[in-house]
Amino acid sequence: MTETYSAATGLADGEWHRMHKATPFLRGGIAIVAVAGVIIANLRERIVNLFLGTPDYPSGDPVDAIIKHNFEWPAIGIAVVVIAACVGVFTLSWRVQTFRVTNEAVELRSGILRRQERKARLDRIQGINVQRPIFARVFGAAKLEIVVAGHDANLDLAYLPSKVTETLRREILRLASGVRAEENVQRDAAGAPFDSPAAPAEGGGSASSSLRGSARDVVADRVDEFISPADLDPDAAPPASVVRMHPGRLAGSLLLSGPSIVMLLIVIAIIVGAATGRLWLIILIFPMVLSLGGLYIRRFSKAVRYNIAGSDQGVRIGFGLLTTSSETVPPRRIHAVELLQPLAWRPFGWWQVRMNTAGHTRGRNSAGESRTTTLPVGNRRDVQRVLPLLLPGMDDVVRDAIAHAGMTARADQSAFSSAPGRAAWLRPFSWRKTGYTIADGVIVVRHGAIWRRVVFVPLARMQSVEVEQGPVRRILDLASADVHLIDGPVHARLPVVDVRSAEELFALAGAGAIAFAESEAEHGTPPAPSNTGRDA
Amino acid sequence: MSQRLDVAAQWRRVSPKYVVVVLVSSLIGGVIAAAIAVFAWLVLGWGWAWIALIVIVVIALVQLIIAPRRARAIGYQLRDDDLLIRRGIMFQRFVAVPYGRMQLLDIERGPIDRVLGLAELKFVTAAASSRVSIPGLVDTDAAWLRDRLVELAEARRTGL
Repeated sequence: MTETYSAATGLADGEWHRMHKATPFLRGGIAIVAVAGVIIANLRERIVNLFLGTPDYPSGDPVDAIIKHNFEWPAIGIAVVVIAACVGVFTLSWRVQTFRVTNEAVELRSGILRRQERKARLDRIQGINVQRPIFARVFGAAKLEIVVAGHDANLDLAYLPSKVTETLRREILRLASGVRAEENVQRDAAGAPFDSPAAPAEGGGSASSSLRGSARDVVADRVDEFISPADLDPDAAPPASVVRMHPGRLAGSLLLSGPSIVMLLIVIAIIVGAATGRLWLIILIFPMVLSLGGLYIRRFSKAVRYNIAGSDQGVRIGFGLLTTSSETVPPRRIHAVELLQPLAWRPFGWWQVRMNTAGHTRGRNSAGESRTTTLPVGNRRDVQRVLPLLLPGMDDVVRDAIAHAGMTARADQSAFSSAPGRAAWLRPFSWRKTGYTIADGVIVVRHGAIWRRVVFVPLARMQSVEVEQGPVRRILDLASADVHLIDGPVHARLPVVDVRSAEELFALAGAGAIAFAESEAEHGTPPAPSNTGRDA
Repeated sequence: MSQRLDVAAQWRRVSPKYVVVVLVSSLIGGVIAAAIAVFAWLVLGWGWAWIALIVIVVIALVQLIIAPRRARAIGYQLRDDDLLIRRGIMFQRFVAVPYGRMQLLDIERGPIDRVLGLAELKFVTAAASSRVSIPGLVDTDAAWLRDRLVELAEARRTGL
């Protein structure tokens, strides 16, 4: 059991480790701030007096009451006991919260009275997310969230020193993908992982020298934390992002998104209110303006330092300005990818990319939103750069051709099937562009007029396929088809499709789902020869 | 010339006794709705409630008439690698689920099911929209089907 983190890679050795020392304060952060706020609010006058020395400040605060009743010593005693109890509970909760990373699973034990043990099997990991809330960054701490499928099933290692989270994430992912042998060899050769073999003489003095240097380094570290990009990697340079976020484009895309309709209505209401002299209308509406403004700022600050890159352990997606988050999704964990273009973005040729993965951060909150958004906004070229990372199974030429056709080409010259003309009764604007194609084990569906969508679903990830026909579609010789996916923002549904074409889709998708799942099970994880961490 | 959606397969039909379940449940639903309408008409004195009563009676009658066809329209087939299911006459629905995508199997028995010795088998995948269920199975069939499906899924498991 060790508590020092100078040797970063020592954490994935199968032993139990503790969290960052500031963990209780970070977890109870809001409560502590609230308590401090109450105390300060109550003693405001006294504090002002203490510093400014006003001769006759108005009395009546709790301290006066205590002094008046001759209650000083018991009060101080109670305060000391309360503080001691808090510190004791915090220390204890920190001491009992331990985690370990073994060859099979990540385990977390926590709780004083209610003991909790949580175990996330490595072969079930859907992604690993490094989150750095602004408050935690001040302490140089970060949260490692191990995402597992299932409601509220994630395992949070909160908080760890932010220096080691990146390395630990890589180690867990490496263990999960079965690249274990190489790691073992390195560790055996080096003894302690961070002691470089070239400088063994320094080994003995390293502890004391690091102690001496620490006070000075702490400040520099904190500064580094804030300057560094969202997913700075302390030892290995992260792969460069394939897409650069243009602040102008991001701002434009936000202004042309859903909330702007509300904003427009508000502006009209204000103008009407001002013109007709009904000023109460403005007062009524003002809070909405503030909250909408807040929404824009939140979305902007989240996406402005967005980055995405491929690595040998999967796709890395980073978000956030002050509170940063960076997630790595291992290969074969992406169930569907959607290219989405709202009507207002069409003149600019902007697209958004979203995906479905199993396992979500708590519900549909803002964090969950950013996890499923893979590219907040980008032009066609950005999309073409992102897609290879998300759909590694497809041939480059085929994928580019399909993506291009899906985003631009008219029905008659594209790879997509097209709904027959009689579908115009049901989809007057989009029937021409409602269709599908199958290539390289991926079914690609496109539809929509106001929101244009191109949805890629690897057949190996598909859960089931459905075709349906109601009375209206029967009269028109049409049917609808639905490729069922795990829960997420992306749905692969064809609202109108020719009956025979639907039957064909049903047969092809059904057969493909079996064939590609089987071939994947035989070949194992594509990037690395897998020998551990997978079911037999 | 309207074309029906169709998928070629050797459909296995559910128990003929399932018609009784459909009949009884639509009868109960109809009686409750009719009772509410009568209450509104006679006790609350809502004049238009008798129109609602007529509509309810007509709907209930239609349901009773098509009940045998609805029950016969349900079919399933165990193919080599996936389970095929069809339901519905007006709204036809075909679903194919590869065995490997199974997360869990449920057997449910309602009160009418229990009297007749029937059961409903639910096949749950990771997708909420799959909604695959086979009602009206004879108890022994349901148990056999469950064991068979678990066996098939075990051999073809793909994980998530």
